[in-house]
Amino acid sequence: MNPANGSAAVRAENLTRHYRMGESLIRAVDGISLDVPTGEFAAMLGSSGSGKSSLLNLIAGLDRPTSGSVTVAGSDLARLSRDELARYRCHTVGIVFQAFNLIPTMSVVENVELPLRFAEVEPSQRRKQASEALQRVGLAARMQHRPTELSGGEQQRVAIARALVNRPKLLLADEPTGNLDSKTGKEILDLLQDLNRNSGLTVIMVTHERHLADHYASRHIFLADGKIVGDEKASAKGERA
Amino acid sequence: MRFGDATDLATRNLREALLRNSLTTVGIAVGVASLVAMLSLGIGLQQMANKRLEKSGLFDTVVVTSRRDLRSFNREQETAGPAASESRPLDDVARTDIARVPNVIEVTPDIRFITELRYQDKPHLTMVAGMPLSDRSNDFFDNMLGNFFSSSDAAELILQKRFAEELLGISQARNAPETDPAKLKPLIGQEITLHYAERIYSGDTAGKQPAGAGVDFSIVPRDKTLRIVGIAVEDPEGMRGATRGRAFIPQGLAESLHIMLPSDLRESMRSFTSKPAYSSLGVKVTSASKAQRVQDAIRKMRFNTFSILDATKSLRRFFAVLDIFLGIFGSLALVIASLGIVNTLLMAILERRREIGIMKAIGARDRDVKIIFFSEAAVMGLAGGLLGVTLGWLLGRAINLGTNFYLKQLAMPPENLWSSPWWLMAGAVVFAIAVSILSGLFPAARAAKLEPVEALRYE
Repeated sequence: MNPANGSAAVRAENLTRHYRMGESLIRAVDGISLDVPTGEFAAMLGSSGSGKSSLLNLIAGLDRPTSGSVTVAGSDLARLSRDELARYRCHTVGIVFQAFNLIPTMSVVENVELPLRFAEVEPSQRRKQASEALQRVGLAARMQHRPTELSGGEQQRVAIARALVNRPKLLLADEPTGNLDSKTGKEILDLLQDLNRNSGLTVIMVTHERHLADHYASRHIFLADGKIVGDEKASAKGERA
Repeated sequence: MRFGDATDLATRNLREALLRNSLTTVGIAVGVASLVAMLSLGIGLQQMANKRLEKSGLFDTVVVTSRRDLRSFNREQETAGPAASESRPLDDVARTDIARVPNVIEVTPDIRFITELRYQDKPHLTMVAGMPLSDRSNDFFDNMLGNFFSSSDAAELILQKRFAEELLGISQARNAPETDPAKLKPLIGQEITLHYAERIYSGDTAGKQPAGAGVDFSIVPRDKTLRIVGIAVEDPEGMRGATRGRAFIPQGLAESLHIMLPSDLRESMRSFTSKPAYSSLGVKVTSASKAQRVQDAIRKMRFNTFSILDATKSLRRFFAVLDIFLGIFGSLALVIASLGIVNTLLMAILERRREIGIMKAIGARDRDVKIIFFSEAAVMGLAGGLLGVTLGWLLGRAINLGTNFYLKQLAMPPENLWSSPWWLMAGAVVFAIAVSILSGLFPAARAAKLEPVEALRYE
């Protein structure tokens, strides 16, 4: 076990995100305060529309809060400029999506290299870092393939490699197994758990599958109607624990 | 993001929608081709006119007159210039001074007189003119029969075609058919007698007589036998030089004969010195571009000058306006093509919205997204520009071939209506890229402003 070491990786205070939909106001995130310590593997659970993905988007710097603050690695994302927020997404956080979100016209290795282009890494250095990341997720042999030539599980591995390539402190996963069968889903979560335990990466995962959270996460955060309705420590069983 | 990465991503994206981007690029190419075509036509016409005018020997000649002479070509200059009393006579001293001005090839007095030429005992009254050897390059002597003067003081004569016909008694009616040059050829080598009046000054009287008392000279009738060496067959009408006589003798010979000129009488009436003065001097300049400088230098010497440059200012203005108009018409197609770029890029943004979201999620800044779209526009502009210049050039070649084929059928010499200088080609490519980037401004800004979370939601 690699317990959370106490200092907060993510801290949300009174965080709200409201959308206006015609006449009605949707409170997707409605006054959430939350601490996620460094090295934790947290699962955010809730039914669809509970606000878990909206909260994740705020932590990822993909969206801006209506009010409140969300602080990651010491900087308040609400106060960052557009460029600083892009830098944050580039270097501090890695994001894995349900739909993989790979660029279909690029090969596997080019997809993984893309964040390095935005980080302005030397071309010679890029290939090396990208193949290291692919090795880590066990896909070194498929570097030149197009994403569409890979299985769903392999595609998600590529997405994880891409999320890791700039060595982030925080990995965010939005329903990472949602498009995968249960066996492949487990393999992906094994990989995330391995990264959490052996590299000290803080992982926040959104899921609606309780049994997966039970199996892998050390903390369960329950959301409903944009509010936290439950927050419990759990001892993740973990297959290789 | 690095520049290389931006262009790499851009070309990759362009290849993905190959048909659409190719069509947009062809649109730019057609726009560029029409711009190149229009401007090439304008430049071609201008060059054709310039060449004609330059060859006519009008552009590289400056005419100098004395300020004392009431007849002046440039009234403005006259009123602004020094008063007549301050001016100097246009005599041999002045001639040497003017010859020393940089870029002057030759200074020659205008010798022209009506006299009698006797050929086979029949008198012909005509205008005879002295002609400097440097006039050899005048296109009036293109295709001439026989030869040009062998030296500047040879006892030789060149005839204008019309006068040659007159000597042979060939009809010169307006609608008469062109005379076969072979019929004129027998004249070459024949002898002809020039009857003229020699002007002999009666010694050096300057010291004995008070200034302003005039010049004494005698007039003695003389005959000089000349040999016909050439016949100029080009039509002397139109914008060509050498229209000043019907028979020509070498300038050196003309001067050495001391022929009494009509202007001599006038000069002698108001002479300031006893030396003969010229009514006007023709100054031949190394090239037309130097004419203005030479003119300025001679004006400083307190003479009046006139050159055809002054008269062609309006012609040059006309060509500038023509070029602008042709350029505007040519650009219209490019403007339409640029709307094509805007349209294509906006489509690409719609299509790649999700991709933009992904790129932003993994760290792309607004600027990076903007640069990718700019690069796509620029690459299309570059490709379209190169293709368009090639198209325009081929079109120009085709039109040149076509017109020359047509001119040949009309038995006229070939002309290049079309001229595409390298700077026009390079400029057109640069212009195409600039217009393309300008067209990319709005789409790129729009793509950059996309919010990542909204872009990712887009399926």
